Amino acid sequence: MSLTHSAHAPRLKRTLLLFLGFLFAALLLQTVSATSARADEVGTEYEFYFAGNVKYDSEPLEGVTIFVEGNGYEAEVDTAADGKWKIGVPEKGTYTVTLNEETLPEGVIVAEGSASVEAEIKLTNSKIVNYFLGEGVRETTSFWDQLAERIVNGLNFGLLLALAAVGASLVFGTTGLSNFAHGEMVTFGAVMAYVFANVLQWPLWSALVAAVIVSALFGFTLDTGLWKPLRRKGIGIVQVMIVSIGLSLLIRYVFLYFIGGGTYQLPGAGEARITLFGTVALSVTDMVSMGVSVVVLLAVAWWLLRTRTGKATRAISDNPSLAAASGIDVDKVIRTVWILAAALAGLAGILWAYFRPGIKWDMGTQILLLVFGAIVLGGLGTAFGALIGAIIVGLLVEVSTLWIPSDIKYVGALVVLIGVLLVKPQGLLGRKERIG
Amino acid sequence: MSSSNAAPLRPVKSTGLHIGDAAPGVAKVDPIIIADNVTRQFGGLKAVDVEHLEIPRNAITALIGPNGAGKTTLFNLLTGFDKPDTGTWVFDGAQLNGVPAFKVARMGQVRTFQLTKALGLLTVLENMKLGSQKQKGEGIFASLIKPLWNKQEEEIEERALDILARFKLDTKKDDFAASLSGGQRKLLEMARALMSQPKLVMLDEPMAGVNPALTQSLLEHILDLKTQGMSVLFVEHDMQMVRHIADWVVVMAEGRVVAEGPPEDVMQNPAVIDAYLGSHQDVDLGVVTGRVAGEITPEVEELLEEIDAETGVDHAIDQPTAAAPEKDEDIK
Amino acid sequence: MDWGSILSNTASWLISPETIAYALAALGLAVHFGYGGLLNFGMAAFMALGAYGYAISILTFGLPWWAGIIVGCLASVVFALILGIPTLRLRADYLAITTIAAAEIVRLLFTTQVFDKVTNSADGLGNYHAGFRAANPFPEGTYGFGPWTYNENGWWVRVFGICLLAVAVLLVWLLMRSPWGRVLKGIREDEDAVRALGKNVFAYKMQALMVGGVFGALGGVVFALPSAVVPSVYVTSLTFFIWTILLLGGAATVFGPLLGAVIFWVIMGFLSNVLPELASSGVLPFMSTTQAATLRYILVGLALMLIVIFRPQGILGNKKELTFVK
Repeated sequence: MSLTHSAHAPRLKRTLLLFLGFLFAALLLQTVSATSARADEVGTEYEFYFAGNVKYDSEPLEGVTIFVEGNGYEAEVDTAADGKWKIGVPEKGTYTVTLNEETLPEGVIVAEGSASVEAEIKLTNSKIVNYFLGEGVRETTSFWDQLAERIVNGLNFGLLLALAAVGASLVFGTTGLSNFAHGEMVTFGAVMAYVFANVLQWPLWSALVAAVIVSALFGFTLDTGLWKPLRRKGIGIVQVMIVSIGLSLLIRYVFLYFIGGGTYQLPGAGEARITLFGTVALSVTDMVSMGVSVVVLLAVAWWLLRTRTGKATRAISDNPSLAAASGIDVDKVIRTVWILAAALAGLAGILWAYFRPGIKWDMGTQILLLVFGAIVLGGLGTAFGALIGAIIVGLLVEVSTLWIPSDIKYVGALVVLIGVLLVKPQGLLGRKERIG
Repeated sequence: MSSSNAAPLRPVKSTGLHIGDAAPGVAKVDPIIIADNVTRQFGGLKAVDVEHLEIPRNAITALIGPNGAGKTTLFNLLTGFDKPDTGTWVFDGAQLNGVPAFKVARMGQVRTFQLTKALGLLTVLENMKLGSQKQKGEGIFASLIKPLWNKQEEEIEERALDILARFKLDTKKDDFAASLSGGQRKLLEMARALMSQPKLVMLDEPMAGVNPALTQSLLEHILDLKTQGMSVLFVEHDMQMVRHIADWVVVMAEGRVVAEGPPEDVMQNPAVIDAYLGSHQDVDLGVVTGRVAGEITPEVEELLEEIDAETGVDHAIDQPTAAAPEKDEDIK
Repeated sequence: MDWGSILSNTASWLISPETIAYALAALGLAVHFGYGGLLNFGMAAFMALGAYGYAISILTFGLPWWAGIIVGCLASVVFALILGIPTLRLRADYLAITTIAAAEIVRLLFTTQVFDKVTNSADGLGNYHAGFRAANPFPEGTYGFGPWTYNENGWWVRVFGICLLAVAVLLVWLLMRSPWGRVLKGIREDEDAVRALGKNVFAYKMQALMVGGVFGALGGVVFALPSAVVPSVYVTSLTFFIWTILLLGGAATVFGPLLGAVIFWVIMGFLSNVLPELASSGVLPFMSTTQAATLRYILVGLALMLIVIFRPQGILGNKKELTFVK
């Protein structure tokens, strides 16, 4: 059975990871008793927290919104009548704590320093963050500047999403499988990058390249050990889909087993941003990430359009029996597609680990739905549709935060997915199905 | 010609169905379907483009034509399984375009499929009962109280067993439909269609993949439908079979109706010979495909050789059980 | 190792509220998938709507507890409508993708700060027990024997849950022996064929989605009755556990979901006791107790794969009546 292969690579460094896992062990077993928290406190189930007291002229201010973001976690809270607030966070680390100036009374701003500060919980379990308020006129970022910033971020996210979506779409096209374990293939790339870069301390570039290669091997192993035997057995597509669900659960908890419930950062994550124009600021990592995505996507497009195997892949998506009859080695093409899809997913995982930022055992479940959304939006089984769909989903997720709170930013994308099914079920580039 | 010894049955042909000359779109004395200007486009291909077509009532009409002629697409359109780009049609006095498939069936126009759709994991009897219309127990609330539908269920079962006995499937009534042979499934599908007491039965290639042993019985059942007052429209490739049982033939090619008329006349039509029969019009295709026992004439052998050369398949004439290959005429 | 307490802890899972709740949800999924062929991967959302519908009705609107249950069921019916209208006309895998996305939308909406006043966001809701407990017919005290010893509230939740389950099982049995069930099973096999026989396939699928959804909501209510409603429970993993239970017991059977839920929870209960014990006593080297607890979820994934590949009809299913036809 192939099932053990998923755990194969992490096992190399089992002892070390075990030690880490032990340190960071966070439990998913939700035995959270509902301690009905007050409005000025959130995340009280966690032992680490940020707290503060918002005052102006020694008078406490009520209803000022404080927002904490970092390590893949985000929460916000309004201050109480006494001006106090408290936000629990799942783990130690550096977070961005932001005071929303729009919720301050007229004419009051954060006088010293920024409304958004980096705060770290290091030795103790808590950190007090206070702001110095004073009189003044708020400098607001114009709507268009904000929009430009979100669009650039959205493009970045959309491009890395496209890497995952194109792979999943090729798999769907050639095998008919909606692969529910694709999210875990994304996480796999990120976790491998972590193993090579952080645990083994390889130089960053070689570590990331190695992670993509191991991801490709992972895809090969899954195909040889699992998908191919299932194809041989002639198992129905719904059955295979549910097998992929079992596989997704299995791999997901294998990650939890080895790396624990914490969030890990790759080297170079969260570095300073360089202002490009207006308020649009990108880190070097962001720029490299976008560049890599574009180059890889172009390469995949070239492969699909120009190479023999690429053309064969499209032929199989179009009509498998005809393709087989015309002498295409369907099995070989499908194996290539699995390897390619896994490598792309692994790369997407690394880039996503920088974008979020952070690596977590269940990060794949989040992106899986966006990948599905992108595929359906573009039209099931068309690789180029998935590409366009992914970029639209990425833009949608980021730009929608101009109007909706960021903790439901994925809702917008998923609602659009359902809306598309209502209006144009075949997707943007898909064809109408025929019955009969 | 070797057709005569294949047909012990001498069906009574209905004649005088049309008014005026038998040309495409000719008016019928008593039409059950009148279609106008029905078109369906797939990409750049016009799969169906029918200006005017009338299907006669209480007669057996065959819809023939080469692969890709749009026969199945026309079937799908008429039964509401596909939506036309343009066109209107009337069934038994009721406007049918835009009506969903299940309502079309309720109005008494029931169809079968080219690839048989027996409900494999239901028993033969359950398949039959499903065909019956207006069942009280099919409402979600009524279904919970058995006394409400028990009596009707018994009547349905009686009728189902009756039809099954006619189709010689009564011994199989408790078997899963999946365990039947291809031909038996075709029979079951037709029997199930009859449970809905239709006015018009539309059969999409009823003979495809049927064991020759069952061919005769299928033909008799189709003829039987007419004697029971139903109308039949069927798609078929086997010209010999068409000749045996059809009262009227409609020929399609490239989406259009190119000819129609009584079978004997249509066979002589140059347009038909050109479009469909090619150079082998005098060969009994039933013999070629092994469905009908017949003399292997030199012409048949010649055609077989030609087919073998094209497909690379060796046709064994002495083993006629080999099912005719599934014809994939779907326009992808 | 204290085998006595391990076995006793394990046995208590036999009639735990979790077992009953999962059995109800799995029964709903049997209606969806086992009988109707609908690939619903959003069962967690139906459960969440039941649980939140119950809790919010009581806490925010001050409704009595039984009205809360009705509200939960109605919420799931509305959800089924919203979900079904765009997708039930489409191919099966569209329903799969849409339901899993919709379930995630529901969870995010219950988690977000935006509706904090009503949902209490990530912390969830509690303290809605007064009404239900006031209706408790059991006098105060501790009853039962061996592993099954609970106080009056513990028994009230269990008895109420088992009654709901019994009614649900009866309903499914009645439905599936009727002509309605015959149509539904026909749709599972080939919906075009059923359509050609004059049945309104869309309406049947919608009804099935609603019926199964209500069972899911009831499962959510039973899950919420003894403790609290926390949004982080209603993740996709929950849906997948329900699928595992259904396929374990037998998808197209009335008692399969029940049996599956009991086996699932008894084994999970057993492993949650045994694995950490084994790890701490050194039988499982290189494994922390936390890892040992994670191991059982890995085993669930493995079990799901093996069941689907080697025994897709489940324990109670008829080998001929495999439910995977497409």
